[in-house]
Amino acid sequence: MQKRHFIDIAIKWLFFGAAATSVMVLLGIFGMLLFNGVKAFAHISLAEFFFSSNWNPSAYGKPSYGILAMLTSTFLVTLGAMLLAVPLGVGAATYLAQVATEKTRLILKPVIELLAAIPSVVVGFIGIVMVGPFIAKVFGLSNGLTALNGAILLAVMSLPTIITVAEDAIRSVPNSFKEASYSLGANQWTTLIKVVLPAAYSGIIAAIILGMGRAIGETMTVLMATGNALAMPRGFFDPVRTMTATIAIELGEVPYGTTHYYSLFAVGALLFLISLVVNLLAENLAGRYRYKL
Amino acid sequence: MRQNSLQQRLGLNTLRFFVLLVLLFLGIILWEVFSKGSGVINSGFLFDYPRKGMTLGGIFPTIMGTIFVTLVTTIFAIPMGIATAIYLSEYANDNGINRLIRASIRNLAGVPSIIYGLFGVAVFVQGMGLGSSVLSSGLTLGLLTLPYIITTTEEALKNVPHSYREGALALGATKWEAIWTNVLPSAVSGIVTGSILGLSRAAGETAPILFTGVAFYLRYLPGSVYDSFMAMPYHLYILSTQHHAIEEVRPLAYGTALVLLSLVFVLNIIAFIIRYRYRNFNKARI
Repeated sequence: MQKRHFIDIAIKWLFFGAAATSVMVLLGIFGMLLFNGVKAFAHISLAEFFFSSNWNPSAYGKPSYGILAMLTSTFLVTLGAMLLAVPLGVGAATYLAQVATEKTRLILKPVIELLAAIPSVVVGFIGIVMVGPFIAKVFGLSNGLTALNGAILLAVMSLPTIITVAEDAIRSVPNSFKEASYSLGANQWTTLIKVVLPAAYSGIIAAIILGMGRAIGETMTVLMATGNALAMPRGFFDPVRTMTATIAIELGEVPYGTTHYYSLFAVGALLFLISLVVNLLAENLAGRYRYKL
Repeated sequence: MRQNSLQQRLGLNTLRFFVLLVLLFLGIILWEVFSKGSGVINSGFLFDYPRKGMTLGGIFPTIMGTIFVTLVTTIFAIPMGIATAIYLSEYANDNGINRLIRASIRNLAGVPSIIYGLFGVAVFVQGMGLGSSVLSSGLTLGLLTLPYIITTTEEALKNVPHSYREGALALGATKWEAIWTNVLPSAVSGIVTGSILGLSRAAGETAPILFTGVAFYLRYLPGSVYDSFMAMPYHLYILSTQHHAIEEVRPLAYGTALVLLSLVFVLNIIAFIIRYRYRNFNKARI
């Protein structure tokens, strides 16, 4: 056999080896989470885990492992973030995709990508030194590190995701749709609201879901800026402790192989499942807005 | 009719306002960090060790630690990521299993970073006995970056026209020769851009290194990959939440945030320039 054919085959197998390793390792992450997470339920009942809001794994004698309070906290912060980020993000995406000139778009898109590049620890820091104190002052609270603070910061962090994905969806609406609307005498605004946005509907939903996924999984920002109180939150002015923050706080101190250790993996596995559902849902929806003409 | 045009003016201006608001957020963050951080930046801040319980001195070991761990990430994630992407896009058949593999890799790119931290603790630190080290953290960040590099590389390879491959094969080139001489040169800008962005993300991450190797304070730089290290993102985290004199060290925290932000932005701008220049270059070729 010629040397170059030998090289060809060798390289193919080299790439195959690399691909197989990557795929196995990445799938292994899921396997490991599930494997360690399930062990937690040898000592914790499923009902307690999901429906109790009492999380106190290091209590002497009778530890408790209820995640309801942190689950609620995660969703509260995410909900707040979406209330802010969805109108802003979809509005900005509509502007970039349909109203702005090509030149403006080319300048603004990388600028918005820069917003996505800011490390989460810097956003959390801004929450501590700026947004938190601001909230405390405006609402007369003693401490600004609340769910509202986290929601505002997570809104800023999920904006680039929402804008980029929604803009893509809105731009992919065929021109003929708009032209038909214009030819019937509709103006630009009516066309946007009644024709373009409904046509890009599933892509916009995909963008919102992805932004939500970003907010649910964010760790450092909420860890630094939401006060980390372990109680059931009553509203946006309460300090909260999310699922991600709980893992970040407790993983450092927990002894290896204890129920507490495994319970953190169970929380991680749940987070993983949520992000999996979010991604699959978004991917499924995003695939639908592609018009084939 | 009149009402319609009023509605249109109002509507479009609202959209304009939303865009300005988003830009304002970016502006506020940058202004806050740059205006308050630039005062402490000098050669002492960049090249000295922290002193007096980290209330004085610089952040030299955190900069070196971040560079060191990102280097380990690079060595692991970039060759693996590119090789995996080449296999998936050039060699693998388009069958159900491979589509499933692609979908899982795309999904893994969206998994929260703390999950990678959990994996790092269970597998690298404890399972493989690598301990709290540069290696454990570098590999954990590598895993985090891997799906991102695979997806962006695949994207870049997919954008190379099929005729490039067919031309080479028709002239008798082997598959690898076709990839090496015709496909990779056209995809290189996309691959490099994706890799730089992936690494910039890894360099700024805190959650995955939290329990896999980063240290509160060290008097020495890591001597090998088995030592623990200090890192900029974690340093910012402790200066702003865990330090015993939080108010006193605030200027140092601003300085750290500024250096970290600058590093990430420089990487992003380099990636942007590469993408922009090669876009024109590729246009000229076709």
